[in-house]
Amino acid sequence: MKLLTALFTTSIGKKVIMAVTGLILVGFVIGHLVGNLQIFAAPEVINSYAHFLQSLGPALWAVRLFLLAAVGLHIWAAIQLTLENRRARPRGYDINHTIQASYASRTMRWSGFIVLAFLLFHLAHFTARVGPYEKYNDMTATINHQGQVIEVLDVHSMMVIGFQQPLVSLFYIVAIGLLSLHLSHGIMSMFQSVGLVSNRWRAGLTKAAVVISVAYFIGNLLIPLSILLGWVDVQNPALLASS
Amino acid sequence: MKVRLKVWRQKNDRTAGSFEHYDTPDLNPNMSFLEMLDVVNEVLTEKGADPIAFDHDCREGICGTCSLTINGKPHGPHRGVATCQTYMRSFRDGDTITVEPFRADPFPVMRDLIVNRAAFDKIMQSGGFISVRTGAAPDANTIPISKEVADLAMDAAACIGCGACVAACKNASAMLFVSAKASQLNLLPQGKPEKDRRVLAMVQAMDEAGFGNCTNQYECSAVCPKLISEDFIARMNRDYMAATFRQTFGSVPSTVVGG
Amino acid sequence: MNFDAKIPSGPLPQKWDRYLTEAKLVSPNNKRKYELIVVGAGLAGASAAASLGELGYKVKCFVFHDSPRRAHSIAAQGGINAAKNYQNDGDSVERLFYDTIKGGDFRSREANVYRLAQVSVKIIDQCVAQGVPFAREYGGLLANRSFGGAQVARTFYARGQTGQQLLLGAYSALSRQVGLGTVAMHTYEEMLDLVVVDGHAKGIITRNLVSGEIACHAADAVILATGGYGNVFNLSTYARGSNATAIWRAYRRGACFSNPCFTQIHPTCIPVSGDYQSKLTLMSESLRNDGRIWVPKNVGEKRAPGDIPESERDYYLERMYPSYGNLAPRDISSRAAKRVCDEGRGVGESGLGVYLDFSDAINRLGLDTIRERYGNLFDIYKEITDENAYEVPMRIFPAVHYTMGGLWVDYNLMSNVPGLFVLGEANFSDHGANRLGASALMQGLADGYFVIPYTIGNYLTGIKGGRPAVDHADFRRTEEEVRARLKRLLENKGKRTVQSFHKELGKIMWDHCGMGRNEEGLKKAIELIPQLRAEFWENVTVPGSGEELNQSLERAGRVADFLELGELMCRDALDRRESCGGHFREEFQTEDGEALRNDEDYGFVSCWEHQGDDKAPVRHREPLDYEHIQMAVRNYK
Repeated sequence: MKLLTALFTTSIGKKVIMAVTGLILVGFVIGHLVGNLQIFAAPEVINSYAHFLQSLGPALWAVRLFLLAAVGLHIWAAIQLTLENRRARPRGYDINHTIQASYASRTMRWSGFIVLAFLLFHLAHFTARVGPYEKYNDMTATINHQGQVIEVLDVHSMMVIGFQQPLVSLFYIVAIGLLSLHLSHGIMSMFQSVGLVSNRWRAGLTKAAVVISVAYFIGNLLIPLSILLGWVDVQNPALLASS
Repeated sequence: MKVRLKVWRQKNDRTAGSFEHYDTPDLNPNMSFLEMLDVVNEVLTEKGADPIAFDHDCREGICGTCSLTINGKPHGPHRGVATCQTYMRSFRDGDTITVEPFRADPFPVMRDLIVNRAAFDKIMQSGGFISVRTGAAPDANTIPISKEVADLAMDAAACIGCGACVAACKNASAMLFVSAKASQLNLLPQGKPEKDRRVLAMVQAMDEAGFGNCTNQYECSAVCPKLISEDFIARMNRDYMAATFRQTFGSVPSTVVGG
Repeated sequence: MNFDAKIPSGPLPQKWDRYLTEAKLVSPNNKRKYELIVVGAGLAGASAAASLGELGYKVKCFVFHDSPRRAHSIAAQGGINAAKNYQNDGDSVERLFYDTIKGGDFRSREANVYRLAQVSVKIIDQCVAQGVPFAREYGGLLANRSFGGAQVARTFYARGQTGQQLLLGAYSALSRQVGLGTVAMHTYEEMLDLVVVDGHAKGIITRNLVSGEIACHAADAVILATGGYGNVFNLSTYARGSNATAIWRAYRRGACFSNPCFTQIHPTCIPVSGDYQSKLTLMSESLRNDGRIWVPKNVGEKRAPGDIPESERDYYLERMYPSYGNLAPRDISSRAAKRVCDEGRGVGESGLGVYLDFSDAINRLGLDTIRERYGNLFDIYKEITDENAYEVPMRIFPAVHYTMGGLWVDYNLMSNVPGLFVLGEANFSDHGANRLGASALMQGLADGYFVIPYTIGNYLTGIKGGRPAVDHADFRRTEEEVRARLKRLLENKGKRTVQSFHKELGKIMWDHCGMGRNEEGLKKAIELIPQLRAEFWENVTVPGSGEELNQSLERAGRVADFLELGELMCRDALDRRESCGGHFREEFQTEDGEALRNDEDYGFVSCWEHQGDDKAPVRHREPLDYEHIQMAVRNYK
C-alpha cells in the first residue's frame, strides 16, 4: 500500500510517524498527569480511579499495547532518521555554530534516551512492582464501589511511600524535566511535520507548546515535592500502625 | 585592517583536505568578503602558490553561486545576506576567520571551498516545473490569481538555490529548498494539475540524493539569503501526505486504450 | 562579403507571419536525427534548449557553471516589456516596436525589432503558464510599471528579481526536458573553440572545468547564447564569470562581429569605492520611477544632501528633458551624469556620483508604499554602502551594463557561418546603439522560445552530409590548437597575475572607449592594447595544471580573449564617426551637448571580419534600410 510505503520509507513519512506517535504519547502523559493529580484529594479518589483502570481488563491491555507500539515506532523512527542524518554529513564543521535551534531541539536524542530509561524504571516501580517494589502489592485499602466496600491496591500510599525516597524523587524530577524539554520542541514539531502550521499562528503555537510543557512540569513536580515536604502523607491506618 | 584566515584546502573530491592558515595583507573594511579572498589570491598567485578556489559569480546576491561557511555559519555573520554581500567591516582587525565549504554528503567538495550542488538540479528535473509546451499558453490574464497567493508564491520563488539551507541544517536536509520550489508551483493555479505528482517526485529525488531529514530547527531559514520561511516545509509536508492519501485511497481513472 | 539579412518580403507587420507559413518544417521522425549544441543556459540558451528538446531534436546544452540556473540573466532586476496593453494606456506592438527602434537610436534592423515586439506578448503568456510569479493587482490581474524610454506602462515584474524569475521559468522548462532525456546537460563544461567543417559550424571543443578534460562535440548546428562582453571593462555589472570566449572564438573562425563599440552604460549603479573592487552593482532603473536625480548647483559643494536647500539643487534630468525627466533613456541619463560630474558637481568622496532622492516620493506615497515597491533594492544599497536610502539620498553613477554589439546574425538568427546561430545578448540584432530597460529579458526569451525553434528548420532541411565524426581532421586540428593555447598559458610562468592584466585593460577601455570617446583616445587605446596583449603572453603567470579545477586558467583564457576584443571595440568606435546611442564621440555633438547622428554615412551595421593575428580586421557593412518608419533625431525633451 502506497501510504504505508510512504510512511515507512520516506523522510517525510518517518517524520509523520514521529509526529503521530508523539501526539499519542503527549495525550497519554497529560492524561496520566491529570490522573495522578488526584493524589491531592482523599486517598479513596485515586484508589478508585486506579481500580477503575485495573477493572478494564482486556481493554486496558489493548491500550497498553497501543501505547507500547507508539513508543516503539517513535524510537524506531528516531533511530532511522538519526542514522540518515549522520550519513548526510559525514564530516562536520570545524566551528559548530547554532543560530536559532532551541536547546530542547538539539537535545531531543538525549532527553529521549533518559526518559526511556526512566520509563522502564517507572514501569518496574509502579506498574509491574517488581524487585524491591514487590512489597507495594501488599498495600491495600478499601473503597466504596457501587455501594459496596471492597479492598483494592492502595495506590495513594504506594505513591507517597515511593516518593518519600529522595533519590527516586530526584530521578523522577530530572526525568520529568527532560520530558518537558522534549515536549517543548516535540509539540511544535508535530504540527510542523504534518503541515498544520503557518506563519499566522506559528509564534502562538510555539509559545503554547512551551506553556504546556512548563505546566506539565509543574504539575508533575508538585507530586514528589508535596510528598517530600510532607504536605501529602500516608493515610492508610494499617500502614501508619506498622511504621 | 588585517585578519588571519583558516581555510579548508582540498585538491579534489577524491583526496582528503585540511586547514591552512593565511595572514591577509592590509584590507579595506568596505571590501566584500570575496574581494578579500581575491586580494589574498593575488598574493598567493604572485608567490607561485595555488590560489584558494571558491565559488562566485554575480557578486550581487542573486545567482546563488557563492557559498562558504564563515566561522561556522553559511554565508557569514549577517541575516538575509549571501557571502558576496558580506563586507569586511563585519569583522574586527586581527580576527581569525575560519572558512569552510558547505558540508553535506550530496554536495561533494570539488576543490577547496567549491562544492557541487548538482543534486539540486536532479531534484528540479524530477518535478520542479509546470509542463507547458512552448507557445501553448493561454493569455496571461486568463486566470486571475489573488495578490496574496501570487505574493506567497513569490516568497517561495525567491530561493536562489545556493544550498546554504543544507549547509546550515544540523542534518544536511534539503527540505527548505525542495519545499520552496514545490510550494511556488503548487500554490499557483497553473501548477495545480501536477501538484501531487510534483511533490511526490521531488521528495523521492531528494531522498535518493542522500540529504538528511528535517528536525524542525529552522537553521535553514535563519541562514537563507532570501529568508525563505519554514512555513513552506510545513506546506510541503501537508501536500506530500495529502498526495499520498489521494494516491492510496482516491479513485483511479479508467484508462482508455488505443486511439 | 554579402550581409543579406534574408528578411521576408511584404509589409513589416506581416513579415513574421509570412515567414512562419513559408518556413520549411522538419518532420517529427527526422527531428530526432538532428543533434544540436546550445552553449549557455541563460534566458536565451535555456529557453532555446528547452523548446528545441521539446520539439524532438537531440540537444546538448553546455554551461561553465555548476548549474544552468546561474547564468547572469538572473541578475536583471526591473522587468520585461511586452505590448499587452493591459493598462489600457494605448500600447501596441507598433508602439513597442517604435520605442525600441527609437531607443536604439535607429541602428537596429526594423524587421527583427518588429518581430520582437510581436512575440513579446507570447512571452508573458508562456512565463505565467510556467509559474513565474509576476506582480499582481488585488483583482488578480497582472501589474505593470513604467520604465525608461517609454510613455506607457508595459513592464511586467516580479519584485526586484524579474530576471531570476524568468530564468527559473526557462530553467524549469529545461529541467523538464533534461528529465525527459531530450536535452543532455553538460555542466562545468566551457566552450573553448568552434569547429567549422567545410564552411559550416559543426561542433565545439570544450574543457571540463573540474577534470580538465578536453572534449570534442559534433552537431548539425551550433547555437551560441553566451551573453555579452561587458567584462572587457573589468568593472561592470556583469557577473565575474561572464565572458566573450565563445563568441570571440567564433569570430576568429569566421563569424563577423557587429557593432562591437555599442556598449550600454547604465545610469543607476552604486559608485566605485576602491581599487580592490571586483564588481559594480546595479540599482534597478525602476527606481527612477519614483526617485529624483539631482546634484548641487554649486561646484565643490560640501554640505550633506539634507542641508542643501531646494533652490541650490539641480534636478538636471528634469531640467534638460522635461517630458521624460528622470525616465530619460539610459545612454542619455548616463551621459548627463558624466557631464555634471565633469563640471565638478558630482557627489560622494570621489566626486563620481549623483543623488537619487526618494524624499518627495516618500512624502507623497508614504514610506510603506516605497518600501513595498523597492524594499529589496534599498536593502541591497544598505548592505553595500552601509547607508539608509530611506533617510539620505542614494548615490549612483553609471557603469557598464550591457553590450548591444555581438555576432552578426540574419533574420534567422544565423551568423554568416552557416549552422552557427547566435541568440540573446551574444548577437547584435535588436537593440541598435542603445537598449531600453526591460528589453534584454524580452529579447533573450523571444530568441529562445519563439524564433529559433522555427528558423533552425530552414537551415537543417537545406544541409546535406550530416554530422562529421569527432575524429574528423578539422576537429583534431581545432582541438590541438585549444590544447596548445592552454599549454602556453600554463607554461608561461611569468610575473604578473591574470587579474592585473584585466584591471589594466579595463582602465584603458573605460578611459578611452567608455561613456565619451574621441579619435585621439581611441587611437591611443589601439596602440596600448596590443602592447598589453604582448606583455600578457610574455609575462602572465597561471599557477597549477590543466588537469584539475583551475580558476586561474579559466580566467586567463577569458582575459586573453578580452585583450583582443577590446581592440576591436576601439577600432569600431574609431571607425564610427558619429554619436549614436551608447556610442558618444565627443567630436560629434550638438551645441547643447547632445549626440549628433550621421544617418547618411553611418546608417549601417558594421560587420568586422577577422583576418588573422597579424592583420587588422576588415569592416564590412549591412546597410539599414528603413521602410516602415523614418530615421529621426531622438528627442526626449
